[in-house]
Amino acid sequence: MKKSVFLGTLAIAGVAAGYAAADGHSSGTLAQVQDRGSLNCGVTTGLAGFAAPDANGEWEGFDVAICRAVAAAVLGDASAVEFVPTTGQTRFTALASGEIDMLARNTTWTFSRDVDLAFEFTGVNYYDGQGFMVPRELGVSSALELDGATVCIQTGTTTELNLADYFSSNNMSYEPVPIETNAEGQQQYLAGACDVYTTDASGLAATRATFEDPDAHVVLPEIVSKEPLGPLVRHGDNEWGDIVRWTLNALITAEELGVTSANVGEIGGTTGNPEIRRLLGTEGDLGAMLGLDADWAANAFAAGGNYGEIFEGNIGESTPIGIARGLNAQWTDGGLLYSPPFR
Amino acid sequence: MATLTDPPRQSFQIGQLIYDTRYRSTTIQVVAFILIMAGIFWLGNNLITNLAERGKDIDFGFLGNRAGYDINQMLIQYSNDSTHARAALVGIMNTLLVAFLGCITATIIGVTAGILRLSKNWIIARLMSVYVEGFRNIPLLLWILIIFAVVTESAPRPSDFRGEDAEASMILFDSVAVTNRGIYIPSPDWGPNSGLLIAIFLISFVGIFVYRAMARRKQEATGAQSPVFLVGLALFFIPTLIAFFILGRPVTLNYPELGGFNFTGGIQLRNSLIALWIALSLYTGAFIAEIVRAGILAVDKGQTEASSALGMRPKRTMNLVVLPQALRVIIPPIISQYLNLTKNSSLAIAVGYMDARATLGGITISQTGRELEGMLLLGVFYLIVSLIISGVMNIYNNSVKLQER
Repeated sequence: MKKSVFLGTLAIAGVAAGYAAADGHSSGTLAQVQDRGSLNCGVTTGLAGFAAPDANGEWEGFDVAICRAVAAAVLGDASAVEFVPTTGQTRFTALASGEIDMLARNTTWTFSRDVDLAFEFTGVNYYDGQGFMVPRELGVSSALELDGATVCIQTGTTTELNLADYFSSNNMSYEPVPIETNAEGQQQYLAGACDVYTTDASGLAATRATFEDPDAHVVLPEIVSKEPLGPLVRHGDNEWGDIVRWTLNALITAEELGVTSANVGEIGGTTGNPEIRRLLGTEGDLGAMLGLDADWAANAFAAGGNYGEIFEGNIGESTPIGIARGLNAQWTDGGLLYSPPFR
Repeated sequence: MATLTDPPRQSFQIGQLIYDTRYRSTTIQVVAFILIMAGIFWLGNNLITNLAERGKDIDFGFLGNRAGYDINQMLIQYSNDSTHARAALVGIMNTLLVAFLGCITATIIGVTAGILRLSKNWIIARLMSVYVEGFRNIPLLLWILIIFAVVTESAPRPSDFRGEDAEASMILFDSVAVTNRGIYIPSPDWGPNSGLLIAIFLISFVGIFVYRAMARRKQEATGAQSPVFLVGLALFFIPTLIAFFILGRPVTLNYPELGGFNFTGGIQLRNSLIALWIALSLYTGAFIAEIVRAGILAVDKGQTEASSALGMRPKRTMNLVVLPQALRVIIPPIISQYLNLTKNSSLAIAVGYMDARATLGGITISQTGRELEGMLLLGVFYLIVSLIISGVMNIYNNSVKLQER
């Protein structure tokens, strides 16, 4: 008797839990974030310059800044972010299941992820490509000399597939050493368990910067793939997708128009440029169209500055990571950053 | 006049389903069954609805698509042009390999440690206690990582073997290289006539069993004992060795050589396999040791005393009297240890061993986004393997258990 009552209770509890879970998804992501008062943002488990906790446990980095900008735009508070560390294998499940509201984790925009996995990439915040890093003492100067090498590779990534394609198209063989996180890859590489570490060139630069002796390692000149990295959200919630997309575009436009974290307070009132006024909400109602406050973009800039400031502050040439703008310069400077107009 | 009347026959009332003990348990079971089924159906339905809401369906078609990734340890032919199904099969073979190796060594370690823990020698008994308690009480994942770190950090890199005065050198007549990427051992090259050699080896192997059966019959009939062990050893080696030289050494060894970045040739036992194998064996061995100890202690002390009274030495007593009886107690719990070992092998991902969890349940899932399908298949695979293991072991158990009449 007792057993049956127990089983019955269990069954009812399971059904109730199922209903609760189903209800959670019925309203839009924007409403959920506003109700919760914080944004759940998926990031890496730790990649210096892109997303890593600092000495005080505060997350900082290039991808983290995107999360903070979105939180500032939606909630008016750049610190209202719950960072959820994800690995290459867990990130899509975390996003699909609703555990996180958006993913900003060096994720490559590909056809199948966009279409088949039912995600929505909201733009590109970093144009990257896959590279190789080897110890200088190996004397390797080109990726074409890597025949027979042992390669550390993060599993579940596009780089894993590019690696296989690159080696087979050049008729070379290699031995993959699968790893889960960048930290594990770094440790294995430094221990000599693999000759080569391959990931996005930005990741290589970031990893190399944390080495005790960065000069003992070289990043080979070959870039073997296109890796447009960007934040993504779930398919089917276009309102939320628009917010993340246009927050990123606002950051890029702000750099183009010269709006910085320093002048964001007064420029809206003093400028004669109508696009800046529309962007900052002193003219028009772009914020209301997104379902946000009029000063949504101003809040986003106040959080960490415009795209250029975020880049320079986290991964730019003045930081230990030292990445040049390259493809990630504004279109006016010969780069690929080109935001649609705010109108 | 006394009149006896039959008690009036009550017609069936609905309340009887609860208050009548004849029906109560059935009622409860039926109700519980309906509730559970409804719950399962509801959860499944909920799942499908939610998946459909996100534009996802349940489709196993991805198994036929090109996998596109490479796997380092392959027991069967595989390349990145093969299908996801093939990649899953490679992973399954790797799981089965480490489970098979692990079960064998765990049994050897466990039985030895279990017997030694009962030793009258204080030091040996305590050492075994330390082993058993140490391995039983620390999570397996930690042991896997510790052993992996030890084999990776302590061994030299392949590049240390290079040059005139190399820091490291190969051992066992330059045939085995211990590196931080694994242990390279010579592999056999099967030349012509090697099939004949294998046939001769198999025949002499059968010969050993035939001889043992003959020896047993002779002992049962006359009581005379034959040198079973020595003859078995001779049968194992001598015919094959003679044939090996007569046939002109058909099997040669392919030694590992340092070439390019790594050793080439030979067989590479990767560190991930070694670490996983050792950790699984030692961990499960500790549990098996306790099972064996319990089994031995379950055999009545009178059996040992009777055996001593007959003049048997302790070793024969253990082998012929105690262990066969203890086996009846030992086998059933050992089955579950084998199952544990097989399932625990899914921790392989911690050291990058490409088992079924890493290929089908890892890379394939993240490359195709088919979490549910991948996990279902993985669950079915572990279920089938476990059922097969327990089925085989149950057959063995039936053959050794007390025949009751």
